[in-house]
Amino acid sequence: MAQQTIRQAINQAFHQEMERDSTVILMGEDIIGGTGSPGEEEAWGGAMGIYKGLYRVYGDRLLDTPLSEAAFVGAAIGAATCGMRPVAELMFIDFLGVCFDQIFNQAAKFRYMFGGKAQTPVVIRTMYGAGLSAAAQHSQTLTSMFTHVPGIKVVCPSNPYDAKGLMIEAIRDNDPVIYCEHKKIYDTTGDVPEEMYSIPFGEADIRRDGDDVTIATYGMMVHRALEAADQLAADGIECEVVDLRTLSPLDTDTILESVENTGHLVVVDEAPPRCSVAADVAAQVARDGFRDLKAPVGMVTAPHTPVPFSPELEKHFVPSADKIAACVRDTLDD
Amino acid sequence: MSNDNFPLSRDELLRAYRTMKTIREFEERVHVEFATGDLPGFVHLYAGEEAAATGIMMHLGPNDHIASTHRGHGHCIAKGVDVKGMFAELYGRATGTCRGKGGSMHIADLDMGMMGANGILGAGAPLVCGAALASKYKKDGGVAVSFVGDGASNAGNFLESLNLAAVWDLPAIFVVENNAYAQSTSRDYAVAVDSYVDRAAGFGLPGVTVDGTDFFAVHEAAGEMIARARKGGGPSLLECSMIRFYGHFEGDAQTYRAAGEVEELRANRDCLTRFAQQVAQAGVLEQADLDSVDREVAALIDEGVAEAQQAPHPSEDQVLTDVYVSY
Repeated sequence: MAQQTIRQAINQAFHQEMERDSTVILMGEDIIGGTGSPGEEEAWGGAMGIYKGLYRVYGDRLLDTPLSEAAFVGAAIGAATCGMRPVAELMFIDFLGVCFDQIFNQAAKFRYMFGGKAQTPVVIRTMYGAGLSAAAQHSQTLTSMFTHVPGIKVVCPSNPYDAKGLMIEAIRDNDPVIYCEHKKIYDTTGDVPEEMYSIPFGEADIRRDGDDVTIATYGMMVHRALEAADQLAADGIECEVVDLRTLSPLDTDTILESVENTGHLVVVDEAPPRCSVAADVAAQVARDGFRDLKAPVGMVTAPHTPVPFSPELEKHFVPSADKIAACVRDTLDD
Repeated sequence: MSNDNFPLSRDELLRAYRTMKTIREFEERVHVEFATGDLPGFVHLYAGEEAAATGIMMHLGPNDHIASTHRGHGHCIAKGVDVKGMFAELYGRATGTCRGKGGSMHIADLDMGMMGANGILGAGAPLVCGAALASKYKKDGGVAVSFVGDGASNAGNFLESLNLAAVWDLPAIFVVENNAYAQSTSRDYAVAVDSYVDRAAGFGLPGVTVDGTDFFAVHEAAGEMIARARKGGGPSLLECSMIRFYGHFEGDAQTYRAAGEVEELRANRDCLTRFAQQVAQAGVLEQADLDSVDREVAALIDEGVAEAQQAPHPSEDQVLTDVYVSY
């Protein structure tokens, strides 16, 4: 099986789905890159190079957009109600502020408001997270802003295999899907089958088995949680790391089953703590798995602050493997 | 206008009149029913503006899409949405156009190419860009029309859409229904340019201003724009200068309007009166033709309200359905 990066895995998903389904179109700022410019056409293939090579094959099914998120995200949503399957790129999740209306008031609500007589199969892929000193307006983890809204689905892969399978599922899904990619893990490699496959939404993946404590997290934090689990294993503490994979729908069954076995839960999230995915998981386990818990739920999140610029400050902002390991120990000692 | 070169056939004229009259009677009835307290929620009436929706929608077919405003009943009726279903929707009944889940402000019928009234002003413009883009890919000859009021014409989503449509050369028409008020704020206070044609030019779009109470003026201008868009000639902006017979919403005391303003408009600028005069002068329709339509429409409205009032409420389980296709 070929080793691929997350970047390559998403690119392959696009190639295969565009080949299979002519209604799939891609749009966003600079996704071709160089449109109308004197230099090379397809100079960029997107800010992160996700789209490299697609324009040569699929031509006008890729659209560079003006810097105009409200208009083109809305256009993707409108086209989706008219039989297309658009994938629109919101380059940074932070830009959600200028186009959220189209996502949460329009796409999310059409099916309900129109009495079940609408389908909006749009995918909005976006990049989140800190780690590049991109500071407060280019580094946020706003995932819970989407999971709060009924009518949209939220996907957050941690590895190349999931990135491809979840993107294919997202494109084929008939509801609006927000597909969140952490900007620090595009070059993470892993086994990715050449053939098309999809991963159903709402199925968490147990990335490491363990009997002592459950760590529930998603996206880049899965890597930090696995590092912490390695550290703790040296001391004989076995963590079960649950990769949520999709935040809406959320696979609470897998989390609860794991907690039933371990009796301890640590939730990890790169977002600030209030009303976060971490807080949501903790609340659901407190409600439905309270009797299985032998200690209070541990929570490792960013602080309730904007994301700082300085690399030194940013390092302290993002939850580290050490902080996760310390929280696990506290939980077990409680 | 003489009978020989009249721009529309007798059947088309009757259709236009029936549409305008249906909108008028629908709105007048909603006004009454709302005042009695039976209609829930917010309603915004299109009475006085019928010629614009009708003059434009006469050019549209099943492949064409529209996105509307808060004031969406007229656009729905002109686009062919079932009137009885609309009444049931306004009453929040299970038989409504949206099964009672949208109401007046979010009424939509995608099967008829009606992408919704919208609770968020200007939000239909990006959606229309998407519908026009889909038609371009599907090569189905479809055009898409976005309606905004003079208020929403200042919203970023609308202005961004003008640029996007121009850049992508979309088969889209942007209609500014300038009824002189954004809620209570006057158009002249809130818009710094004199003409929307100037705004359109700033985005590289051709634009035309017409008297929106003159069905024939709207019909002619819209016809040229829509035909151009269908042939790949790109987007345009149509400003319809029009008037509002009622307040922004039902229950609006309209203290911001001059004394006697509405009465004067009803007496002198009623688009239905004007249409009747125009067809009479040209000798293309008889008063008896119009009277016959009036009777049909009155019966439809009576039936629509009576059926809606008797229709079942949605069952409790409907709170939880239609959120996702699958979850």
